[in-house]
Amino acid sequence: MAKKPTTKKNTPKKITKGGKVAARRRPVKPKALKATSDELKDFYREMLMMRRFEEKAGQMYGMGLIGGFCHLYIGQEAVVTGIQSTLKAGDTILTSYRDHAHMLACKIDPKVIMAELTGRETGISKGKGGSMHMFSVEHGFYGGHGIVAAQVPIGAGLGFAHKYRGTDNVSVVYFGDGAANQGQIYETFNMAELWSLPVVFVIENNQYAMGTAVRRASSETELHKRGESFRIPGEAVDGMDVLAVREAAARAVEWCRAGNGPMLLEMNTYRYRGHSMSDPAKYRSKEEVQKMRAEHDPIDQVKQRLLEGKIMTEDEMKIIDKEIKAIVAEAAQFAQDSAEPAPHELYTDVLVAE
Amino acid sequence: MTIEILLPAMSPTMTEGNIVKWNVKEGDKVAAGDVLAEIETDKATMELETDEDGVVGRIFVPEASPETNEGIAVGTVIAVLLEEGEDASHIDTPSTIEAVPSENKTKIEAVAAPAMQVVTEDDFPEGTTFTSTTVREALRDAMAEEMRLDDDVFIMGEEVAEYEGAYKVTQGLHAEFGDRRVIDTPITEHGFAGLGVGASMAGLRPVVEFMTFNFAMQAIDHIINSAAKTNYMSGGQIRCPIVFRGPNGAASRVGAQHSQNYAPWYAHVPGLIVVSPYSAADAKGLLKSAIKNPNPVVFLENEMIYGQSFDVPDIADYTVPIGKAKVVRLGSDVTLVSYSIGVKFSLAAAEKLAAEGISAEVIDLRTLRPLDMDTVIASVKKTNRVVCVEEGWVSCSISSEISARLMEDAFDYLDAPVLRVTNADVPMPYAANLEKLAVVTDDQIVLAAKKVCYKAGDN
Repeated sequence: MAKKPTTKKNTPKKITKGGKVAARRRPVKPKALKATSDELKDFYREMLMMRRFEEKAGQMYGMGLIGGFCHLYIGQEAVVTGIQSTLKAGDTILTSYRDHAHMLACKIDPKVIMAELTGRETGISKGKGGSMHMFSVEHGFYGGHGIVAAQVPIGAGLGFAHKYRGTDNVSVVYFGDGAANQGQIYETFNMAELWSLPVVFVIENNQYAMGTAVRRASSETELHKRGESFRIPGEAVDGMDVLAVREAAARAVEWCRAGNGPMLLEMNTYRYRGHSMSDPAKYRSKEEVQKMRAEHDPIDQVKQRLLEGKIMTEDEMKIIDKEIKAIVAEAAQFAQDSAEPAPHELYTDVLVAE
Repeated sequence: MTIEILLPAMSPTMTEGNIVKWNVKEGDKVAAGDVLAEIETDKATMELETDEDGVVGRIFVPEASPETNEGIAVGTVIAVLLEEGEDASHIDTPSTIEAVPSENKTKIEAVAAPAMQVVTEDDFPEGTTFTSTTVREALRDAMAEEMRLDDDVFIMGEEVAEYEGAYKVTQGLHAEFGDRRVIDTPITEHGFAGLGVGASMAGLRPVVEFMTFNFAMQAIDHIINSAAKTNYMSGGQIRCPIVFRGPNGAASRVGAQHSQNYAPWYAHVPGLIVVSPYSAADAKGLLKSAIKNPNPVVFLENEMIYGQSFDVPDIADYTVPIGKAKVVRLGSDVTLVSYSIGVKFSLAAAEKLAAEGISAEVIDLRTLRPLDMDTVIASVKKTNRVVCVEEGWVSCSISSEISARLMEDAFDYLDAPVLRVTNADVPMPYAANLEKLAVVTDDQIVLAAKKVCYKAGDN
């Protein structure tokens, strides 16, 4: 006997009263988004700013102007650029210690970021945080966290606050493939889905946790599946292509905003530089890095699109390059010219005065 | 063969209970697993099941009336079961219905709760009335009041909502404030502590309950690295107005992993406020202050005094300032400095010392970070002798800190070395006799006080 076909609506998830497990729900894949000319130009500009900023930071580290740890984002620019383009006012983001580009994506002034790297009083944390510990409530950027994976439950807490206050804002939490093996992430997945928190979990899979390749550290290397046992839909994305990133992010953000609970995106990306500045780079070949640069560079991909679409000419791009170089040079100068924090700042901000 | 039904201990700290309701009457046939009665313990009302089949022969302890506060001791024979066909007529009522010696009682009950002589800087206005309140209720009242005042305050933790708190501290909150603001978490300390920190960074005011602070070890990274340091690291931009609270210190007969005082651990950390009250009035006033405070506060309670009653002033929005110690007993010969349950032991010791002609002043630190050394030093200027008392280990303890600060700041006022009276420097043993030996006692305090007064006989 033929059964009458039924159309399944978006019924509430999880377990029904009868104890039967409801089918998992996933966002429907929409048609590919097309970027407008202006959007493409913006992506180009933003990613170039990140790249030049990080190159300058690397140089300044080499000159001894930046101390401690310094983790560069070069190669991964498409991830944060694509995702940030889908957010709105009131949304919040946070990430690990590889955070400079995320701040630029939040439109934080490059000067105060660079001045924090040099430990000056004009830095965004008054020089007391450094490369790994920067924040801007004004720009919805909640750090800048130095302990691998600790930002993940904190980000769920921001999502909790969005929901508690009845807004439709979302919390975007970035973490790496290395962090993906920390237990607290799975504690967080469980609560986020259980309480339908508006959190987009973004794994920036740059293939190496410090020097350990994903396949050497993870029994399941397809990290987007890591949320499945918590009923969190996951998706793998080409994290070198800013348009692919944006499309997946738009879907995930919309899913969360609509109150469907969290979503997990695995952004497959690549960092060209070492884990930090003191990386011996013995765990991968120069050829591997060169191949990624030559074939998948996120900035080159946008550049190609701009040229092929006749949206910009090489000369117009050079003008942008020049502008960005000037902004970065100005930030570097500011970071060197600013004074170190006054000695009395040692004892400020330990506690908030009532 | 008759089977005696004894009032069981249903929690490690339960020493007495009440029969709320008998579900059976004499002559009823019962099978193993049947509920005989509902028993009210120090934490909750629980059902008492029979392990045996039989007939209810006699019931010796009637249902308690609501006015009765007197509990019956754990181990009391409350009823007997008979085998079927057996006659009840030969069964005598037990000669006394009283306490069967209970190991659970030894430690705390040995120290009578001394009357607290409140002598303070914050004397209450004339005409203030007081209500006798347990520490448990005072903590709940503090949370309820703050939740009524501010929608941003919410409580989360294991069993805080439907179960009403593993130690009954959150009783009634779920009924009043609902699922949105009283949130049962999975057993996931690391995760929910971090989630709470994130919510506080967004400006909410979470009260995160740890079922006990022993379990907060799983979450300590978020308490220290995420909550305590972020305001500093952000140059004052990101605040964490969060309270981490729950029972701390030795409970009773729960062994090494569940019996530890974490006060020194947290008091070590700049960026945290650490509070550990003794009385119900302070528990209420300080918890309200902690919730209102813009900083992360570690609020250390003690399970052994949850059920103890104190007078709490009937003052609207009653708060106690953080960072202020309190002289809880005036004296002139020696100063006993303590906090939490150590204050109870110190007050008991002071009574014994008074009988021997030694006048002890007792200071309840109440806040452990920042420490109110002014109050301690003012007392030292008067007594010139100090004994620090702490229910916890000695190394790097609060007592060690007090001792060091007195060396630095009050050396000239000391007539004797500062002594520390603490728990034994061992993981907490389970055996009743060993546990008793491990935990600080009033007699040890008395001896130390005599020593610093050079009246111990051996000095």
